[in-house]
Amino acid sequence: MKWLNTRSTFAAAMLAALGLASGAAQAQNKQLTLCWAAWDPANALVELSKDFTAQTGVQMKYEFVPWPNFAQRMLNELNSKGKLCDLLIGDSQWIGSAAAEGHYIKLNEFFDKNSIKMSDFMPATVEGYSTWPKGTQNYWALPAMGDAVAFTYRKDWFARPDLQAEFKAKYNRELAPPKTWDELKQIGQFFQNRTLDGKKVYGAAIYTERGSEGITMGVTNTMYAYGMEYQNPKKPYDMKGFINGPEAVAGLKFYKELFDCCTPPGHSNAYMTEDLDSYKSGQVAMQMNFIAFFPGIAKDPNVGGEKTGFFTMPKGKIAAAQLGGQGISVVKYSDKKDLALEYIKWFAQPSVQQKWWDAGGFSCHNAVLSKPGFEKSTSYAPVFLDSMKIVKDFWQEPSYAQLLLAMQKRTHDYVVAGKGTPQEALDGLLKDWTEVFKEDGKIKP
Amino acid sequence: MKNTVHSPLEPTPRGKTLAGAVVIGYALISLIPLVWILMTSFRTPQDAIAYPPQVITQPSLIGYVNLFTTRSRVSSQELAALPPAATWYEDLVREQQMILAGPSRFSDRYLNSVLIGFGSTLLSVILGTLAAYAFSRFRVPGKDDLLFFILSTRMMPPIAVAIPIYLMYRAVGLSDTHLGLILLYTVVNLSLAVWLLKGFMDEIPREYEEAAMVDGYTRFQAFIKVVLPQAATGIATTAIFCLIFAWNEYAFALLLTSGTAQTSPPFIPTIIGEGGLDWPAMAAGTTLFLLPVLVFTVLLRKHLLRGITFGAIRK
Amino acid sequence: MGQGLSDRALAWLFVGPTILLLLAFNIFPLIWTLWLSFTNFRANRPGADVLWVGLGNYSRVLNDEAIWENMRATAHFLSCSITLQLLLGFGLALMLNRRFRSHSFWSTAILLPMMLAPAVVGTFWKYFFEPQYGIFNYIVNFFGSPGTFTMLGDTKLSPWAIVLVDTWMWTPYVMLLLLAGLRSIPPYLYEAAEIDRASEWTKFWRITLPMVMPFIILAVLFRLIENFKMFDLVDQLTNGGPGSVTELASIKLKREAFEKWRTGYSSALAIILFVAIYGLSLVTVRFLDRVKQR
Repeated sequence: MKWLNTRSTFAAAMLAALGLASGAAQAQNKQLTLCWAAWDPANALVELSKDFTAQTGVQMKYEFVPWPNFAQRMLNELNSKGKLCDLLIGDSQWIGSAAAEGHYIKLNEFFDKNSIKMSDFMPATVEGYSTWPKGTQNYWALPAMGDAVAFTYRKDWFARPDLQAEFKAKYNRELAPPKTWDELKQIGQFFQNRTLDGKKVYGAAIYTERGSEGITMGVTNTMYAYGMEYQNPKKPYDMKGFINGPEAVAGLKFYKELFDCCTPPGHSNAYMTEDLDSYKSGQVAMQMNFIAFFPGIAKDPNVGGEKTGFFTMPKGKIAAAQLGGQGISVVKYSDKKDLALEYIKWFAQPSVQQKWWDAGGFSCHNAVLSKPGFEKSTSYAPVFLDSMKIVKDFWQEPSYAQLLLAMQKRTHDYVVAGKGTPQEALDGLLKDWTEVFKEDGKIKP
Repeated sequence: MKNTVHSPLEPTPRGKTLAGAVVIGYALISLIPLVWILMTSFRTPQDAIAYPPQVITQPSLIGYVNLFTTRSRVSSQELAALPPAATWYEDLVREQQMILAGPSRFSDRYLNSVLIGFGSTLLSVILGTLAAYAFSRFRVPGKDDLLFFILSTRMMPPIAVAIPIYLMYRAVGLSDTHLGLILLYTVVNLSLAVWLLKGFMDEIPREYEEAAMVDGYTRFQAFIKVVLPQAATGIATTAIFCLIFAWNEYAFALLLTSGTAQTSPPFIPTIIGEGGLDWPAMAAGTTLFLLPVLVFTVLLRKHLLRGITFGAIRK
Repeated sequence: MGQGLSDRALAWLFVGPTILLLLAFNIFPLIWTLWLSFTNFRANRPGADVLWVGLGNYSRVLNDEAIWENMRATAHFLSCSITLQLLLGFGLALMLNRRFRSHSFWSTAILLPMMLAPAVVGTFWKYFFEPQYGIFNYIVNFFGSPGTFTMLGDTKLSPWAIVLVDTWMWTPYVMLLLLAGLRSIPPYLYEAAEIDRASEWTKFWRITLPMVMPFIILAVLFRLIENFKMFDLVDQLTNGGPGSVTELASIKLKREAFEKWRTGYSSALAIILFVAIYGLSLVTVRFLDRVKQR
C-alpha cells in the first residue's frame, strides 16, 4: 500500500498547487489587466501607467501579444467571454464586431459624466478608432494611439555625394525622399543590388505577410493612392467597379511591380518585425512601417539618429495612407469595469496625453498635437501629423476578419505567388466579399 | 533493442566502415540545425541577423537574459543618470541602452508546460494502467472493438475536434485553464497509454498474481502488490512518451489557452525583442525547452521503437 | 478479507473511466461537429439564429476550387515527404544494420530531430531559410552556386521546403521502424541463399525486401496519417504561402474555423478530412494485426 500512498500524496500535492495558483490570482482585488499588442508603445504605456498606480493605488497587470497573433488571441478571448482583459486596446478594425456583439461597453454616458469631449481628439482618430456605425456618435473606445503607415529611409545613404551625383545624372533630380510612387520606385531600383561598403543592399522593405493582415496593410497604400474606393460612396456594399475597378487594378499592379523590382530576396512573408529586421540590419534603403515604430528606429544604435529620416506615403493620383492605431475600450465581461473606467478617465487628461507623447506614444489629443512646437518635438512628428491628414481605413464591419482574410489570400496569390492578373485577383476578391456580405445579410441574395 | 546478428552474414570490415561513414555523415549534417540553434542562443541579436552568416561570433548571454526579462529602452541621458547596475545581467541589458522592466512570461509558460505535462501524464498513466490491466487479464466484452475505438481516437486531427471542444470549454468555463488542458491531453494520451501498457502487461506472466491469489489476496490486491511493481519500467516508459507529447503539443494549446494556461510551444515562436524577432532569445527558449526531451530520449533509447508504434512492435 | 470485488466488476471499474472520458472528449465532440456541419452556426455570433442547411456546407466545400488547391498541396506534401523519408530511412537502416562500432550512439543522435516540438522546428527553419542571414543558402552556395534563391518565397521551391523540413524531422522515425524490420529477418534465410551462391542483389530483392515490406507499409501508413493531420510545422514555416501554395488542408481548416469563424462550413470540412483519415486508420490496424501475427 506504500506505493499507493506516495502516488496519492503526489496527486494531492499537484492539485493543491493548482488550487493555490488560481487562488492567488483572485486574491488581488485592486488590479487591472490591460491587453495590447507587444511592441514599443506598449512598453511606453507601462512606464506611463505607473503614474496611474501612484495616484489611485490600482496595480496594473499587462497582457501583451505580438502583432501576428494579437487579433486571433484577443478575438478568441472576447468570443469566449474571457475575463483576462479589463481594458483592451483593440485594433481599429475590430470596432464593428465588438460593438455589434457587445464585447465593449458603450462609453457615451461615461464621457458625458466626466466631461470627456470627443471634439478634443483628432477627427480622423475619433471616426477611425471610436465610432460604430462609422461616423455616428456612438463611442466604443477612447482614441489611444494614433498611427498610420509611412516610410523611413537611410538619410546617410541619400547624403552620399557619389550616389547623389549618379542619381541626378540618371533621373535628372535630387536624391531625396520621393513625393510620388513613381519616384519611390525609381529610388528603389537605384539601390537594388547595389554594393555599399562591401555589402549588397536593396531598395525597400514593404509589407508582404500572408498570415494575419500584413500584405493588405501594404497594398492598400498604393491602391488608395491610385484612387481606389472599397464601395460606391453613394450606395453601401455596392462594390462592383470599385474594389475591382481600374484604379484598384492599377494600384495593385504597381505594388507587385514594386515587390518584384525593389525588395530584398526572401522578403515574401514580411510584416512589421521583418521590415524592421531588414532595415536595422542595413539591407534596405527604405522601409514601409507603422509610425509607431519610428521612435524605436530613431534610437537604434545601428541605423538611428542622423542616419534615418522619415517621409509620408507618396502620392499617386491622390495622397493617402493606410490607417493604423487603436482606441482603448472597456471589456464588457470584466468584473472591474468601474476601475477600468477610472483608468480611461486618467488617460484622457491632456497632461497625461502630453506625457504619453513624450514617452513615445502617439497621442490623438488636440491639446498635444496643436501645441506650438509640436512639429519640432521629434524627427517624426511632422510625418505623423501629415499622415493623419490623409488616412483611410479598411472595413470595420463585424465580418471584417473574413473580408481581411479574403484580401490577404487574393493579393498574396497575385503579388508574391504571381498568380493570374491583378484584374482576376480583384474580381475574385469582389466575389469573396459579396459572399461575405450576403451571409451577413448586408446584401440581399 | 537487443539484437542477434542479422546482417547477411557478417559484413566485411570495409563494409562496416563505409556504413559507419554514411551514417555518421548523415547524423552530423542533420545535427547542424540543432547545433546552430544552440550557438544562436549565445549570440547577440545583431550577430544573429548578420549577413552573410557568421559562424564564430563574440559569445553573449544576452539571449538568455532577454528570454527571462522584459526591458524598455531609455535615452542615453536617462541611462547616465541611473545608479550603477546591481547584477551582471542588468549590466548586459544596460549595454543595449535598455533597462530591466520586469520578468517575462517565459518562466510562466515553462511552468505551465511542466504542470500541464506532468498533470496530464499522471492521469493518463493511472487510467491507462487500470484499463490496460483489464484488457490484458479480463474477458472484457467487445475487447477488440474497444481497443480499436481507443486507438482510433488518436487518429483524429486536432483541429477537427478543436471546434466543439472550444465551444464546450467556453460553455463550461474551462477555457484557458490548467485543468482544461490537462483533461484534454489526458484524453489524447489515453489511447497511447492503454496500448503501450497493455503490451507491457501482456509480457508479465500471470503466474505471479495467480500465486498471490491462491495465497489469499484479492485480485485487486494482487494487482497492486504483484503486477504493478513488475510493470514499473513499462509505466515509466509510457509516462515519458505521454509527457513528450504533452510537452510538444501546439494546436490545442494555441486554440484553447491564452494568458493563464498557455504552454511554451505557442509562446516560443512569438518571442519578440524590440520590434524585431529576438532570435537569440528564441534560440535560448528553444534550447531550454529541448533539454528535458533530450534527456528523456537518451533514457528511452531502448524503448523508442515500441513507443512510436503504439506497442505494436517490440524489438 | 474475502473475495474482494469480482473480476467482472473490476474489469468495468478499470475500463470504465477510460471509456467514459474518451466518449466525452472524442465521440461527443465528433457528433457535435457532425451536427454543426449541417448548420450555419458561427462561433463568434453565439446569439444569432442557427439555421439548418442540410448538405449545403458539404456541397460548398466540395465545389470550392480553393479547397482542391489545398488537397493538391496536401497530396504533394504527403507523397514527396513519405517517399523521401522511405528512401533515406531505409538506406540508413541498412547501414545501421551492419553494426559498425559506435552505431548505437549515432543512431540515438539521429533520433534527436524527431523529439522536438514541430511548431518550434517550423519557426527555426524559417530562420535557416532566410536568404540573407540563414545558413541554408550559405551552405548550399558553399557547394555550388545556384545564385540567390529563396526557399520560402519561391512558389516552386516552398513546397519542397516543407518536404525538406518534414523529412529532416521524421526520417529517424522511418529508420527506426525499418531497422526493427531488418533485425527481425532470421539469419538462416541468408545462410541458405549464401549456400546457393546468390548475389547480393538477389539476396536483397528476394529476402530483405519482402521481409521488410510489412514494416515499410506500416511506416508509410503511420507517416501518412500523421502528416495528414499535421499543421503546426507548416503553419509556422510558411503560413501556407507564398499565396496558398503550401496551404495544407489542415491549415485551411484552422483558418475557416478559428479565423473566419465559419463554424458550420469548417465542421463540414473537418468531417470530410476525418472520414479520409479514418479510412486510412482502418487499413493501418488491419496491417498491424497482420504484422503482429508474423
